[in-house]
Amino acid sequence: MSTNASFRSKVFYTALAWLISGLIFFPILWTFITSFKTEAEAISATPSLFMFEWTLQNYSDVLARSPYFDHFINSVVIALGSSVVGLLIAIPAAWSMAFVPTKRTKNLLMWMLSTKMLPPVGVLIPIYLLFRDFSLLDTKLGLVIVMTLINLPIMVWMLYTYFREIPHEILEAARMDGASITEEIFHVLLPIALPGIASTLLLNVILAWNEAFWTLILSAANAAPLTAFIASYSSPEGLFYAKLSAASVMAIVPILILGWFSQKQLVRGLSFGAVK
Amino acid sequence: MATIQSRTLARFMLFPSVVLLLGWMIVPLCMTLYFSFLDYNLLMPGNEAFIGFLNYEFFLTDPAFIESFFNTLLLVGGVLTITIGGGIGLAILLDQAIWGRNYVRIMVLAPFFVMPTVSALVWKNMFMNPVNGLFAHLAAFFGTEPIDFFAHYPLLSIIVIVSWQWLPFAALLLLTAIQSLDREQLEAADLDGAGPISKFFYIVLPHLSRAITAVILIETIFLLSIFAEILVTTSGGPGYASTNITYLIYTQSLLQFDVGGGSAGGIIAVIIANIVAIFLMRLIGKNLEG
Amino acid sequence: MGSITLKQVTKNFGDVNVIRPLDLAIRDGEFIVFVGPSGCGKSTLLRMIAGLEDTSSGIIEIDGQDATQLAPAKRGLAMVFQSYALYPHMSVRNNIAFPLKRAKVPAAEIAQKIDAAAKMLNLTDYLDRKPGQLSGGQRQRVAIGRAIVRQPSAFLFDEPLSNLDASLRVNMRLEITELHKSLGTTMVYVTHDQVEAMTMADRIAVFNGGVIEQVGTPLELYKQPVNKFVAGFIGSPKMNFIEVEAQANQLTRTLGVRPEHFKINEDAGMWTGKVGVIEHLGSESFLHVHVDGIGTLTVKADGDSPIRSGDQIRLSAADDKIHKFDAAGNSLNATPVAASQV
Repeated sequence: MSTNASFRSKVFYTALAWLISGLIFFPILWTFITSFKTEAEAISATPSLFMFEWTLQNYSDVLARSPYFDHFINSVVIALGSSVVGLLIAIPAAWSMAFVPTKRTKNLLMWMLSTKMLPPVGVLIPIYLLFRDFSLLDTKLGLVIVMTLINLPIMVWMLYTYFREIPHEILEAARMDGASITEEIFHVLLPIALPGIASTLLLNVILAWNEAFWTLILSAANAAPLTAFIASYSSPEGLFYAKLSAASVMAIVPILILGWFSQKQLVRGLSFGAVK
Repeated sequence: MATIQSRTLARFMLFPSVVLLLGWMIVPLCMTLYFSFLDYNLLMPGNEAFIGFLNYEFFLTDPAFIESFFNTLLLVGGVLTITIGGGIGLAILLDQAIWGRNYVRIMVLAPFFVMPTVSALVWKNMFMNPVNGLFAHLAAFFGTEPIDFFAHYPLLSIIVIVSWQWLPFAALLLLTAIQSLDREQLEAADLDGAGPISKFFYIVLPHLSRAITAVILIETIFLLSIFAEILVTTSGGPGYASTNITYLIYTQSLLQFDVGGGSAGGIIAVIIANIVAIFLMRLIGKNLEG
Repeated sequence: MGSITLKQVTKNFGDVNVIRPLDLAIRDGEFIVFVGPSGCGKSTLLRMIAGLEDTSSGIIEIDGQDATQLAPAKRGLAMVFQSYALYPHMSVRNNIAFPLKRAKVPAAEIAQKIDAAAKMLNLTDYLDRKPGQLSGGQRQRVAIGRAIVRQPSAFLFDEPLSNLDASLRVNMRLEITELHKSLGTTMVYVTHDQVEAMTMADRIAVFNGGVIEQVGTPLELYKQPVNKFVAGFIGSPKMNFIEVEAQANQLTRTLGVRPEHFKINEDAGMWTGKVGVIEHLGSESFLHVHVDGIGTLTVKADGDSPIRSGDQIRLSAADDKIHKFDAAGNSLNATPVAASQV
């Protein structure tokens, strides 16, 4: 009796969940499908989900007619570069706060968090002028610097919450065993914290990849990552849906895949450990 | 607790992060503050003059500020309402025993990873375009007049796009929170004769209150700074109908080159964000002690 | 070689004195146990000896050399932690090899030492497993193995058995004692469990509130506790304390009698009471006797004693089994060895 009822409710909830999640996912699916259509089919008044002639033409067009690949490389360099540099700065800081806490550690963490809450427009002009004066406008280096700084608080926080779960005694044992501080960090702490470090890196690659305030303002033709490149499709003249779709798919697929791997860490990182 | 040696080392290891963030926060902020008291236009360099609070006066009494202030409120409030309402529903749904939950979760989460410029362009062109968009085709199918979303409902359209991007975050965070709910509590409530509705209001919702607060505060921080979605869809228009404070400051300082006025706006944005930040810090600070 | 001498050692955390000026001489090769309630400073003192905590003032000498400022690794000591503190990402073999690799011992010698230690600790079959795949007792042995291979001048144990279940604890107690016999190396062992202290130690130091109350062999502490604290802490079940009325020119304020030293008489006795709860352990029984004006006394009786709950019994104790304490709680019995003289 009860099994039958619970079976029926499972069917109902499953159908409902698939329907809703399908609707949420639909714009991405639709973009994906459109990217394989001809331009004429893409704007057809009787749009078709599958029954059309699939073509790869849009992808080769996007790659051939625009420096798509350069922008892709820019995105990779900026996202990966800022995440790696950020890790190198954040790991020592997180180590120190997690394993040698002082009375001020909590205040320091809160202060770091507060820098993340500073609205970018509050520092827009000085950063723009400083970048202009130091010839950093439209350079990858400039964007790596900015991305590192805006994501540094999140990195320190995430690493801190991971490190805090490692028992102090393990590091003390290493110290008793004759490990120097670098050996302690490289042979003991980092291998144990590797999953946490990997997720921190992953989340920051995602955040930097999708960042679209500073990239739009501080970059032009040279250093523009995909966020800024895609924005150039917004001019209404000469808009081609199929090509827009192909470019979009190429811009989001790498990060979509990375993102699915980091679901759990996403919550932890973006809520600064408030929800685990 | 540790030895003097390790404390010294710890201080040394903290140094780079602290100095960098201090530089990132304090230096530009002081410059913004300084510029905000100047008559400073990039088109007329060398003519800077101290004008006291005049920039603030102009900025605050500008009808564009009033409009964009309310747009900002509507944008943040609208997205929060949609994402939290929808997020709670989705979280409860995904918490049920369903087939293929992992696939469902992947689909729900996907929009969060789409870069803002892509999602704005896809929605603008392929869905909301009055001629070729899917919604226009749908309207034609049902024989109604297609709607020109960005001409008639620019702010609402942006709210929809941004909500689509942030719904996954709210749903995932609330799902994580729901899954940490002690099942024995629900079983105890069953024994006490509680129905699904009273279970939701007396057990689930109080349990979620902390996560909901976290969603509100974190989203607010990001939503106050919405920029790319506006830039690629409406450019703030028509008029100022979809301009928020961030976008207003951007146009003022980098399109009209009014550094002084833009800086005054920036300081005002900082003050608004600080009010939110204080609540967020208190929430997270509490967590730090536990 | 492994003598450790503490001279006027203190430790403050801010304004809090965790260790008050303290002197202690740990002899080479002895098994000394620091015992006391939690928060008494015993673990902090062990960590100070290890070099994991700074010494606020005073001198720690190891083998006659001042080691107060030495880094932990330079002190030639090995430590076994309560949580075992094994490196979770390394195999048992690499865990044990870790200190040897840090000391740049040649690979062949490392392999040989690991084999020897594994044989001694029954770990040979587990060398390639990760700590997560081992039972609590095995993890404990790996931690000990990691300490042994360094051939330290002394072993420091920080409550090493408190994470094990009761039966395993008894086994490990024996193993560690045997290890001490075969190695002959100094061992400093911290525990809050007086049974561990009594069964394992050559000497016991009883800690309370940052000071050592008494140092002595287990039997000395049992027979001649210097004060009420030590008397109450050593021995199980606890010693009974009986308040006596204050009288002029009499120093004794409290009498102490261990449960096992009561004699149960039918007719005469110093105290009369009614038996309440009886705890039967089989070989022996503990009677909880309510005595008017004194309270409840715990009395040990034979396992087949005919006494039942509700019976009236009379109790007495031999004179030499009665401990007398003054108003300050210090023992008035003959010439106990005071902590300060050790």
